[in-house]
Amino acid sequence: MSHETTRRAVLGAAATAPVWGALPYRSAKAQAANTIRIGVMNDQSGLYRDISGPGSTQAVRLAVQESGITQRGVNVEVVQADHQNRPDVGSTVVRQWIDRDGIDVIVDVPTSSVALAVNTIVRERNKVFLASGPATSDLTGAQCSPNTVHWTYDTWMLARGTGGAMVAAGGQTWFFITADYAFGHALERDTSEFVRQAGGRILGSVRTPFPGTTDFSSFLVQAQASRAQVVGLANAGGDTINSIKQAAEFGLTRRGVRLAGLLVFITDVHSLGLQTAQGLVLTETFYWDLNDRTRAFTQRLGPVPGNLRPSMVQAGCYSAVLHYLKAVGEMGVAAAKASGVDAVNRMKAMPTSDDAFGEGTIRPDGRKIHPAYLFQVKAPNESRYAWDYYTLLQTVPADQAFRPLAAGGCALVRS
Amino acid sequence: MAAPGGFSGTDFKQEDTVFFGFTRTQLAAFAIMLAFIAISPFFLYPVFLMKVLCFALFACAFNLLIGYVGLLSFGHAAYFGMGGYLAGHAAKVWGLPPELAILIGGAVGAGLGLVIGAIAIRRQGIYFAMITLAFAQMVYFFCLQAEFTGGEDGIQAIPRGVLFGVFDLRSDMTMYWVVAAVFLIGFLLIHRIIHSPFGMVLKSIRENEPRATSLGYRTDDYKLMAFVLSAALSGVAGGTKAIVFGIATLTDVFWTMSGEVVLMSLVGGLGTIFGPVMGAAVIITMQNYLAEFGAWVTVIQGVIFVLCVLAFRRGIVGEIGNWLRVRL
Repeated sequence: MSHETTRRAVLGAAATAPVWGALPYRSAKAQAANTIRIGVMNDQSGLYRDISGPGSTQAVRLAVQESGITQRGVNVEVVQADHQNRPDVGSTVVRQWIDRDGIDVIVDVPTSSVALAVNTIVRERNKVFLASGPATSDLTGAQCSPNTVHWTYDTWMLARGTGGAMVAAGGQTWFFITADYAFGHALERDTSEFVRQAGGRILGSVRTPFPGTTDFSSFLVQAQASRAQVVGLANAGGDTINSIKQAAEFGLTRRGVRLAGLLVFITDVHSLGLQTAQGLVLTETFYWDLNDRTRAFTQRLGPVPGNLRPSMVQAGCYSAVLHYLKAVGEMGVAAAKASGVDAVNRMKAMPTSDDAFGEGTIRPDGRKIHPAYLFQVKAPNESRYAWDYYTLLQTVPADQAFRPLAAGGCALVRS
Repeated sequence: MAAPGGFSGTDFKQEDTVFFGFTRTQLAAFAIMLAFIAISPFFLYPVFLMKVLCFALFACAFNLLIGYVGLLSFGHAAYFGMGGYLAGHAAKVWGLPPELAILIGGAVGAGLGLVIGAIAIRRQGIYFAMITLAFAQMVYFFCLQAEFTGGEDGIQAIPRGVLFGVFDLRSDMTMYWVVAAVFLIGFLLIHRIIHSPFGMVLKSIRENEPRATSLGYRTDDYKLMAFVLSAALSGVAGGTKAIVFGIATLTDVFWTMSGEVVLMSLVGGLGTIFGPVMGAAVIITMQNYLAEFGAWVTVIQGVIFVLCVLAFRRGIVGEIGNWLRVRL
């Protein structure tokens, strides 16, 4: 082999070299035993950015500060990552966090597919998963885990809140506009059940192709023709936004039809504007202006990125981390780091209390229990100050807000 | 479709093949890749490397089609994703061992490729790309609605299982060696295909299809065969990924995945055997290590794509090869 060829070979091989240098090698070997590492993973760039995103990290930092645990000599580190709503990205990040960076707790994780993947990994590695962002009630049902606490809300609670409470608040007849995929079907099915239980009637439903439906006019016309008092929107994200906008254009709400959003957050209402969103009925477990405690929490947190008020998901991150750190304070850092199951069991054994959600408990299946609230979006002339968006229609008491323990099919409950 | 410029020029130094169709330079590059695969898990995170290898195989399979036959398929996510779903279903519900699950992934890719390919190769250029995209979208909607795929939750908690009843894949290192083996087999298979007489005909189709026809080759048969091979290897890559991560979700059948594999091949270098590997490594590394910067990942990816098209159209490996005047 000539000198020439060797040189060329080396250079040629450099073809693969830029990657090597690009990989920063983070060592977690030198971790102090006295440090709790919290990883906040959510959507930092896509459609869930406003409800979770950097605002969740901000809420977690506030919880760390207020827990007072750092004054007792415990270090807490908070890192964040974007899962881009992709389960493979999310599961790679979480594995890496746990295996190499010594992360003890994963927080938030909106998007159910990512959350279910994280749920499995965290259980395998015996860490803690504080799920605030995801909606799927499978997290405390078929796929429940002793390492997971599902904090803020779930699909069952949304259906119960909006479906059941709405009938009690005078919405007897319903028509559904349902996104044609499993999530939409499940929402429609669950909500219909609650409507019937509460004595309401379903007049019909229409399925909209998913994804890609932008024109909801024909579906809205069908809804209007059914003469239902309530139009249930069993969809999410852009579909919900579009259907609410177009319903406003068609004047549905002005004619006394009530729109019931099954997965709508305050940030959606904010971006729609009260003019468009007025009259919309929705369920949340946290509203910044609900009472003095929630206002105090919002005040302390300050505006979240984008100059927004905190969403229930962000408030949930605060509340969950605060409670976790309380449990760590009681059981000691070493014990909490050694076993995620023990840490979660300690959390379950203690009642929760914070400004965002008030008093609450965590059930054996990992479900955090607190009241849910049925809100109606105010008309522009009713709104007296910035972010004065909701009127409280009904409070669903904590013991009725979530799926009964026995009904979820969680293996932890039977044992 | 016209062959992307650069790799069919005549200004390359003539190098003899010395081993298994490799020239001396390629052999050196291959040895370095091999060494990297062997050493890297000891200082890089194995799960991340497995992801890189799965996507590298996917990109190589895609490159077989665009780089050597000149067919731009915009629907490769269908084979990758369906391979993943079926492999996941096989491992989780049917309880099959991982090696069979991955093979089933490949078989599904081949089957889908045969059906879609048979229709798509009747058209060329943009029409070909659109037909493949349309079919991929159909597959996507099927996955969205079908029961077994779990809709938007995907198939979760797929067990890694025990390979050949001997190797417990729950250990990341064991899993890594299996993925490395799958990748290398796929890589060498593609290399072998390219350097076979069959591969020569494929390249002649890329350069001038009417002339290949006039020489008596039934070009459609060759194109279909290449399509099926590419789809099958994509299915294997998808199946392997499902086994590694224990999940199979809609992300892998969505059209953005088809776009990503185009980007990987383009960044690495179309029509080079090492290019797609390089491209996959670069793109996955970015996605992984820039995850904390959020929206910037897509912005940076976009910038790289633009840079690639404007400044180095042959891709990283293609440019290096061109600079050294060797084929890589």
